[in-house]
Amino acid sequence: MIDVHMDPQVLAGLQEVMEGEYPRLLDTFLHDSEERVKALRTARGDTQALRQIAHSFKGSSGNLGAVRLALLCQRLEMASAGDIGGLVDQIDREFAVVRAMYEGELRRVFVG
Amino acid sequence: MSVQAPVLEALTILIAEDSAADLLLLSTIVRRQGHQVLTATNGAEAVEVFTRERPHLVLMDALMPVMDGFEAARRIKQLAGEALVPLIFLTSLRESEALAQCLDAGGDDFLAKPYNPVILAAKINAMDRLRRLQATVLQQRDLIAKHHEYLLHEQRVAKAVFDKVAHSGCINAAPNIRYLQSPYALFNGDLLLAAYTPSGDMHVLLGDFTGHGLPAAVGAMPLAEVFYGMTAKGYGLAQTLREMNAKLKRILPADMFCCATLLCLSTQRRAVEVWNGGMPEGYVHEVATGKRTPLMSRHLPLGVLSAEQFDDRTEVWPVALGDRVFLLSDGVLDTADANEQLFGAERLLQVFAANREPDRLFEDIEQALAAFRGQVRDDISMVEITLQAGQSLRATGPLYADSGQSCPLDWSVSFEFRADTLKRYDPLPYLLQLLLEIHGLREQSGALYSVMAELYSNALEHGVLGLDSRLKRDAEGFAQYYRLRNERLTHLDTGFVRVHVQVVPTDTGGTLSLRVEDSGQGFDVERVLARPPDIDRLSGRGLSLVRQLSSAVGWSDGGRSVCVEFCWKALA
Repeated sequence: MIDVHMDPQVLAGLQEVMEGEYPRLLDTFLHDSEERVKALRTARGDTQALRQIAHSFKGSSGNLGAVRLALLCQRLEMASAGDIGGLVDQIDREFAVVRAMYEGELRRVFVG
Repeated sequence: MSVQAPVLEALTILIAEDSAADLLLLSTIVRRQGHQVLTATNGAEAVEVFTRERPHLVLMDALMPVMDGFEAARRIKQLAGEALVPLIFLTSLRESEALAQCLDAGGDDFLAKPYNPVILAAKINAMDRLRRLQATVLQQRDLIAKHHEYLLHEQRVAKAVFDKVAHSGCINAAPNIRYLQSPYALFNGDLLLAAYTPSGDMHVLLGDFTGHGLPAAVGAMPLAEVFYGMTAKGYGLAQTLREMNAKLKRILPADMFCCATLLCLSTQRRAVEVWNGGMPEGYVHEVATGKRTPLMSRHLPLGVLSAEQFDDRTEVWPVALGDRVFLLSDGVLDTADANEQLFGAERLLQVFAANREPDRLFEDIEQALAAFRGQVRDDISMVEITLQAGQSLRATGPLYADSGQSCPLDWSVSFEFRADTLKRYDPLPYLLQLLLEIHGLREQSGALYSVMAELYSNALEHGVLGLDSRLKRDAEGFAQYYRLRNERLTHLDTGFVRVHVQVVPTDTGGTLSLRVEDSGQGFDVERVLARPPDIDRLSGRGLSLVRQLSSAVGWSDGGRSVCVEFCWKALA
């Protein structure tokens, strides 16, 4: 489970719930996440701000089935000051993977 | 995944969530479930939208910028007031401390991320049921409060009306009556009435209707009407009782009746006449000897028996000036202590015995009740009437409203009342009404009634029934006198009382001659009139009263016929 970048079961459930809105949900998630990754980088020195962003990011990535990304955010939320830098970098990299996969999912939906 | 859980009714739901993806997801789920969605992306905005739109339910993310979910929840709960606006926290928090914080802020439930639409729908429905329950409870509470207020208002109005009726007599004005009645005793069915007869006697009624509340009080109105109407017209206790019984029997349902003590206290005759149907014993307190004579219940309450079965027999006791008659309601005797023990007549008599200041008797009884029970009851009635000298004779003026233009001034009429009528009919009220057609006499109605009453009872008791007034010299003889009177009247089959009325106009006004004849043995007029007038003796007051109140008195036919005159001046 820990290596799951994108849980297809969660996405199947979301597609059923969202119907026509499904692509917009994925798109919103990608945009929102991009903002959060940027914010994490900017806030590197501010532990309090980092934790809050991580908490919120954990919630939305969990909802969207980005299991590993959610897990990393949870770790960052709990991390001691020394581990923060490494975790932010890991989240950065994981999001690059997640973005590629969700964009792929978007194309799949549009192509049918 | 099925998300279409049955929806009771479309709700308006506010979703406050700072994550755009989560907000979109949740809004879509909730909308798909049939509800209308309002959104906010931080706590401050959530409070603002809530204030404006008053949604039924709120889904609130805990951690949000600008104002977090906890603070927003507190404000929204405050704005909602008594109404339940369920608030479900959206949270990926896991620590129990953080969850407790949600509850402290007024949260009603949690929804954990990632969202499960089925659980969300179930929670929304459960919360909606709670919300409706609370709304129903509030609505019913308000309704009950409204009904209660309405009921209190009705009781206040009813009490004001009843107070007017019940206190339209002399209960508050008479200097010789003391009474204590709890403010809402009427709504426990207690009724206390007092009024003067035309001759200055006092009638007092203490009644207790069965039941409680307004139903127990409704019978008070007709009873009071009969009491005041008939007392003012000069009817005696027997006729008044018969009328009250018949009226209550007619109008009250079968399980309702009225225990009552009715008494007539006569300063002129130094006597108290009592009828007690179902009330606790009252007492006549002879101040000189300290003796207390119980006034026992001898009858069924008013409104139980038919007119044929009703027994209007009264008992008569002698009283001296300063003697007191005490009546009480069963609230006094039935006061129970913590062990359901009743206060009872025994303890009441102990209070009587211990009482040193007669004027503090009520207070002593109240204190004894309070000490016995631990608190004061609100449904007790007590009344004490003292026999006082010189109650003035009253004109019955307010009863008449005609102008006097059609007043008859030259006429005569004769009546003969025979045995069967004498047994059951009191002609005095009728005669008084007739004579008060003469306006000039109305000023003297009290005196006229007193004289008529005296002459009629002399003719009946000493003439027709052959009773010797000297029997009434002491208390024992007094009781025997009235026993004999009842006995002889019951078995009467011959005899008569005749009343002749002659009205003639004079230059200055008019004269009424009233002649009363009886079928008895007559009496030695000169010898009786020669007796010294003894005011404080139980007998012999009648004739001096007659001589004092009328213009002229004369006997003929060996004492079997007496004639009195009343004169009046023409009205200006």
